[in-house]
Amino acid sequence: MNEQEPFCPNESRRSFLKKSTVITAVALTPAAAINAANNHWDEHIAAAIENVSLSVEINGTRHTMDIDPRTSLLDLLRENLHLTGTKKGCDYGQCGACTVHVNGERVLSCLTLAATTDGSKVTTIEGLANGDELHPMQAAFIKHDGFQCGYCTPGQIMSAVACIREGHASSRDQIREYMSGNICRCGAYPNIVDAIEEVQKGGQKV
Amino acid sequence: MGDDIKMAGQPLSRVDGKLKVTGAAKYAAEYIIPNLAYGVLASGAIARGRIKSIDTAAAEKAPGVIAIITHLNAPKPPGYFGGKESSDPRTEGGEYRVFYNDVILYSGQPVALAIADTFERARYAASLVKVQYVKEPPQTDMLSNMDKAVVPKESDPDYNRGDKNAFDNAAFTFEQEYQTQLQVHNPMEPHAAIAVWEGADAITVYNKTQSSPIAQEDIAKAWKLQKENVHIVSKFVGGAFGGASRVWPEEMAATIGAKKIGRPLKVVFNRDQLFNMVGYRPQSLQKIKLGADKDGKLIGIHHEAYGNTSTYEQFTANMTSLTQALYACDNVSTLYRLVPLDVSTPCWTRAPGEAPGSFALESALDELSYTLKIDPLELRKRNYAAQNPDTKQPWSTKFLNECYERGAAQFGWEKRNPQPRSTTNGNWLIGYGMATGIYGAWRAPSSARAVLNSDGTLVVQSATADVGVGTATIMSQIAADATGIPVEKIKFELGDSRLPPAIGQFGSLTTTSVGSAVNDACVALRQKAIEYLKKSQSSLQNTPVENFAFGDGKIKTKDDAVSISYADLLQQQHLPSIEVTVDSKGSEEADKYSSYSYNATFVEVGVHALTNQLKVNRVVSAIDAGKIMNKKTARSQVYGSVTWGIGMALTEESVIDDRYGRWMVKDLADYHVPVNADIPAIEVLFIDKSDDILTPIGAKGLGEIGIVGVAAAIANAVYHATGKRVRDLPITPDKLV
Ligand code: FES
Ligand code: FES
Repeated sequence: MNEQEPFCPNESRRSFLKKSTVITAVALTPAAAINAANNHWDEHIAAAIENVSLSVEINGTRHTMDIDPRTSLLDLLRENLHLTGTKKGCDYGQCGACTVHVNGERVLSCLTLAATTDGSKVTTIEGLANGDELHPMQAAFIKHDGFQCGYCTPGQIMSAVACIREGHASSRDQIREYMSGNICRCGAYPNIVDAIEEVQKGGQKV
Repeated sequence: MGDDIKMAGQPLSRVDGKLKVTGAAKYAAEYIIPNLAYGVLASGAIARGRIKSIDTAAAEKAPGVIAIITHLNAPKPPGYFGGKESSDPRTEGGEYRVFYNDVILYSGQPVALAIADTFERARYAASLVKVQYVKEPPQTDMLSNMDKAVVPKESDPDYNRGDKNAFDNAAFTFEQEYQTQLQVHNPMEPHAAIAVWEGADAITVYNKTQSSPIAQEDIAKAWKLQKENVHIVSKFVGGAFGGASRVWPEEMAATIGAKKIGRPLKVVFNRDQLFNMVGYRPQSLQKIKLGADKDGKLIGIHHEAYGNTSTYEQFTANMTSLTQALYACDNVSTLYRLVPLDVSTPCWTRAPGEAPGSFALESALDELSYTLKIDPLELRKRNYAAQNPDTKQPWSTKFLNECYERGAAQFGWEKRNPQPRSTTNGNWLIGYGMATGIYGAWRAPSSARAVLNSDGTLVVQSATADVGVGTATIMSQIAADATGIPVEKIKFELGDSRLPPAIGQFGSLTTTSVGSAVNDACVALRQKAIEYLKKSQSSLQNTPVENFAFGDGKIKTKDDAVSISYADLLQQQHLPSIEVTVDSKGSEEADKYSSYSYNATFVEVGVHALTNQLKVNRVVSAIDAGKIMNKKTARSQVYGSVTWGIGMALTEESVIDDRYGRWMVKDLADYHVPVNADIPAIEVLFIDKSDDILTPIGAKGLGEIGIVGVAAAIANAVYHATGKRVRDLPITPDKLV
């Protein structure tokens, strides 16, 4: 089947407009219109029109691109930008694996359409450390063995940092409650609480 | 064993921890492959019948679509057609074959694969596939299909020792039925596969697997390829718990689709597809009969277990095996049957037979203890098996009594008021419960390679897996002890079918099998280094092996006359590296013994007197798993097992609507995996005594023992708190009304 796409998904609006003469031609000649439909140009044109532009700062770098409006922030990170540290656990907002910070607050990136982050600042697990120096929460997770398989871990850490910033880490019970949106099937919960408690008590800026 | 035992047992932080906390660890779906296409599976809407027609026209026209694959146009893996026999020798019957024909065998079965240049476009195209079915009424309710129960073809589904009629002589007899639910693995990482064909007869598959050698073999069989031409890469696995120990539709769909389009293809499951496409713990119905004398001595045990399987394959996980070995009792009979239903085949799930089996047996023991008015812990001690009551073999090691003693002391068991519903804390009824766990300890043949480089670094390799338990970490510790090379200079490589073949990560086998292989490879390497040293220094010619010591990256003689670093030795000898590969297996001596890991779990629950809300207040898990290789990762592993046990006891259950055979509970909002707030303080006590008969490193196996008995301990505590016995899991508040 067609492997060659005449319109690539990231094509800019302007380049689409240049080709809009095609639409004009289609409008005038029924045969051409049928031909166009048979070759799925209508779909391709529609797809190109539907793309939206996005300018977002991710881990300190500005990215400007045209995206499929259906793209979630999670898929944008993982598939388009290859920032695979943010994990897809459910894609339905039920597990917390995809947690990132948007403008400093924890959000589920699977429930966030990428297009809605236009003009925002996004921080992912890849942007948490200061160069080679781990963020205190990352170091605490290693020290307290706050994970096993590691798949929920980036989401846990992003949530954990936000949990302290929000002021929701004043007791073990409060930590457990405010970290309950992040499922860990490996069951690292007691260690996760230990890590957060230590960072919170340590008083370092998170 | 190394002369300076220092690393094994240490609570070393994970060697791959940094990769995991920075997001750098790469899981199956995360490899960057040029020209990658995306495949999204469309799931069938009926549980039994045929596909009458599939309309893919709209899907094919959707933007970015490369192909829509169905059974009508799928390239057929030639090994799918080799008759009825499954490519997986561990199950009976024929495996489910993706896009094989129009027959629908279970709800949610893949009916089409939409392939496009982006994920969004593939997902949209999958939604456009329209399927017409010829429906047949499905049978998915196990309890109303008990008349269809079959004898599993696996060996010895029935067992008998002593006198079946011994119950006639017992002062007390007790009989009850227990049920356990469909439990779904639900690892956080969805199953995923990327297939990259390299010409017509070679392929690389990046997948989620507990065994790259098994995945290699299954894919080679399906496609009739040379095994060496199938390369499996699975370096990080985001949890598996048994569910990634065979090849599933994601691998087959990816290899079929990639073949069709002639370019690399990625297929990732949705969360709902993880509920019945990649196995689950089957539901069970169990019957227990106990006979005892007035002192609590067991006169007879009968344990009967029924589990569901699919119509096309027999999956077995014998729930009665533990009953044969746990207690000293002369008269024991067990029976195991399968009920085939219109569902997908179940799969091994953490302590496959032992977790549900122990719920029935250990609940029954608790019930008996109240009848006899004997403390539940005391009742178990009175039936302690000093040797294997089945084979009469001696135990290689058994420290279950220590588990009982230390666990009870730590928990404060002696404070328990034997009267049910006697202890309260405000509005909460408080209950104490305990149970015993047992899990077979084995050592499977495995290989490992050790490569010592001239810079003094050591690379150790084995085609095992790490689903999260910390394999690379403890293997590095074992290698450090065997060679005297500091752990920072050791790299352990796994998760690749090109490495020396080894057992996968299941059955609590990794440490006993691969750990022993790593030890043996490193000991052989050290031996080789001694030979080179002797060659270079004639004065050492006659020095016996035991006069050498290893530490700090050096070989020395014990009198310190000679001391040289591995790096210097290799450089002197102009060797870029030295390497040994060792095939390792258990000793014949070990066959004379019987080996198990044990635990005793003590639980306190609270049940709200007005609402029946249930919570676990604390857990003490005392474990005999031989020598513990790393106290930090081992404790985490037990936390995980206990968490699983709490989920099994209280929150987890997938429900099928038997009218349609459709899974009603198929996402993480309805299927309640325990969350942080559900999990109390868990204290883990390791007996930590070496089993030197089973393995040279003293380990017995830890992956599953921690879950065995947990659900029973919780049910027993709930009874103690409320006076209500719940015999079907999960124990939800409605069952206490
Ligand atoms: S992937 Fe977003 S909450 Fe699960
Ligand atoms: S570490 Fe595996 S799911 Fe949390």
